[in-house]
Amino acid sequence: MHVPTMAEMMANGQTPEVLFWVGCAGSFDQRAQKITKAFATILHKVGINYAILGKEEMCTGDPARRAGNEFMFQMMAYQNIQTLNNYGIKKIVTACPHCFNILRNEYPELGGQYEVVHHTTLLQQLIDEGKIRLREGGSFKGKRITYHDSCYLGRANDIYDAPRKVLELLDAELVEMKRCRSKGLCCGAGGAQMFKEEEKGSTRINFERANEALDTAPNVIAAACPFCNTMLTDGVKNKEKEAEVQVLDVAELIAQSME
Amino acid sequence: MSYIQQILFVLAAGFAIWLFAGNIRKIRRNILLGKEEPYTDNPSQRWKNVFLLAFGQKKMFRNPLVAVMHFVVYAGFVIINIEVLEIFLDGVLGTHRLFAGWSGALYIFLINAFEWLAVGVILFCAIFLIRRNIIKLKRFISHDLDGWPRSDANYILITEIVLMILFLTLNASDTLLQQRGYGHYAEHTTGNFVFSQFLHPVLDGIGNGGLVGVERTCWWLHILGIFAFLNYLPYSKHLHILLAFPNAYYARLWPEGKIRNMPAIQHEVLYAMQPGLAPVNAVAPDKFGAKDVTDLSWRNLLDAYSCTECGRCSSACPASQTGKKLSPRKIMMATRDRTEDIGRNIDANGEFKDDGKTLLHDYISVEELRACTTCNACVEECPVSISPLEIILELRRSLIMDESNAPQEWNVMFSNVENNFAPWKFSPDERDKWAEEMQ
Repeated sequence: MHVPTMAEMMANGQTPEVLFWVGCAGSFDQRAQKITKAFATILHKVGINYAILGKEEMCTGDPARRAGNEFMFQMMAYQNIQTLNNYGIKKIVTACPHCFNILRNEYPELGGQYEVVHHTTLLQQLIDEGKIRLREGGSFKGKRITYHDSCYLGRANDIYDAPRKVLELLDAELVEMKRCRSKGLCCGAGGAQMFKEEEKGSTRINFERANEALDTAPNVIAAACPFCNTMLTDGVKNKEKEAEVQVLDVAELIAQSME
Repeated sequence: MSYIQQILFVLAAGFAIWLFAGNIRKIRRNILLGKEEPYTDNPSQRWKNVFLLAFGQKKMFRNPLVAVMHFVVYAGFVIINIEVLEIFLDGVLGTHRLFAGWSGALYIFLINAFEWLAVGVILFCAIFLIRRNIIKLKRFISHDLDGWPRSDANYILITEIVLMILFLTLNASDTLLQQRGYGHYAEHTTGNFVFSQFLHPVLDGIGNGGLVGVERTCWWLHILGIFAFLNYLPYSKHLHILLAFPNAYYARLWPEGKIRNMPAIQHEVLYAMQPGLAPVNAVAPDKFGAKDVTDLSWRNLLDAYSCTECGRCSSACPASQTGKKLSPRKIMMATRDRTEDIGRNIDANGEFKDDGKTLLHDYISVEELRACTTCNACVEECPVSISPLEIILELRRSLIMDESNAPQEWNVMFSNVENNFAPWKFSPDERDKWAEEMQ
């Protein structure tokens, strides 16, 4: 399977329908790379004409901006917008809610205006259009799945239903955590917390959230954000439940069940 | 006798309104110490928010039981103002139950409705007192509220109960005097009212003169209580009953995930990248983010004055809930405290005299700011459209850009972003290694 880059496409005089913005976690983090591969596989199977920026992609500036380093953010935004505009990008899909939020809400006033969708929304559309079909009696049939809302998808952008509708296709038993949807508890990674030690407290946020997820006695904890995925995986390990409970991205669940 | 009461009433009312107007002017001045920021776009959406969020208390209904109780207390407070209008006019004009003469059956219906509300207010305020002081709900016993804020909440609830008891006793003594056909009370026979009639047995032993005394005392205490309460508001968290309305009007109409842009820095970066675009006399800003409340926007300060310290933000905050020092409610309380301190400083000195303090460090610590995950739970929960997050982020900007005060790990992250275009130390050449692996 070949993943085309914008540079290649351009050289061949082609324009992709959508740019897949991979994000730093999806590009470099070993666990998140699996999510990236799963999503690319889906795009490939469905026959979507997409491309990535490849080496030309840079951090959106999200952790810098939220830590308070506006200079760093503006530098990254400037460079990314230059790249995106030079390629004449119209539509972007990303599997990272942080990239999604910043591309959708914060780049426009800096001159970067694109239609930005999160991969769960795109997956839902593909399902609605009948383009994604799952194997009969897929691997998650009858399994208990609980979905963890990413703050940057949910509260930040009001996307609560798309990931849930995608999961419904799995014919699994969906269970909600006590704090879900707009009341969902953060995994602890946002606001650049991912990149520093947590402040002093009585427990870690990801432990608190993972325990809440484990309280639903799930087979799978579904996430839609590479950072949530890392945090929840650590929380599950802390409870020594990693043998019984998997933390998987919505895209991975679909990719593993596709025909 | 009536004239003396009229004169006293006009004096009391005038004094209360004068005092209140002065305090409100001061609060307005304090809020406008914040930086200018436009919030005038899309008026139709803004009015919709006033009706849904302020009048309709939409966010309160995230917890329906509490919402209904709060709604009754609020409706009691607002609707009973029609009765206060009558009391006010009676006071000025020296009349008695002015509206009764105009609208017989409707009047009786209204007063009965007010009595229902009054009983509702007494009941639910009592439940609120129990929740705070006996059941001790977590968000009410938090250290944020130690001292004055906790007493403030109790004073408000107790005052509302007392005002309502006075209102019911007033009606009871009035209707009893009507039954006895005593004096001018017999001129407007309203008949008994739905709840106050049950107070008759208690009052029955009192003679006519004494009963008039009870009626007058209740009337005066009730209205003077309201005047006093009016002037208590500016010093209290209860100011939300007024400021919830403008705060809903000026609600942020963009997605919660969006952070306020900093055009000054946007331009700095643009000029650095494309020097040809830089104007000849470009001046770099001397300050970034907010170190003190005067660096925040007026919108943030209106938020601070609108906060009623309910703590819904902190009980949803992942940091507060896992024992971190951060509490979004405390961020709002500290912002108001600092704004008030600056206001008092201006009152005393004519203009602000440096007191060597700032919001950052003296009122809000670095540790609190560092604990925020920017998850927006506090923003989502707030029933009156406050954003503690915006203040946290502005203070973080000052910490990083003015003070270069960052944890070591963040400095490493910044330098990775700058040099490797990713927050981790990976070579940019490996960014699409995953794609090669799929070949």
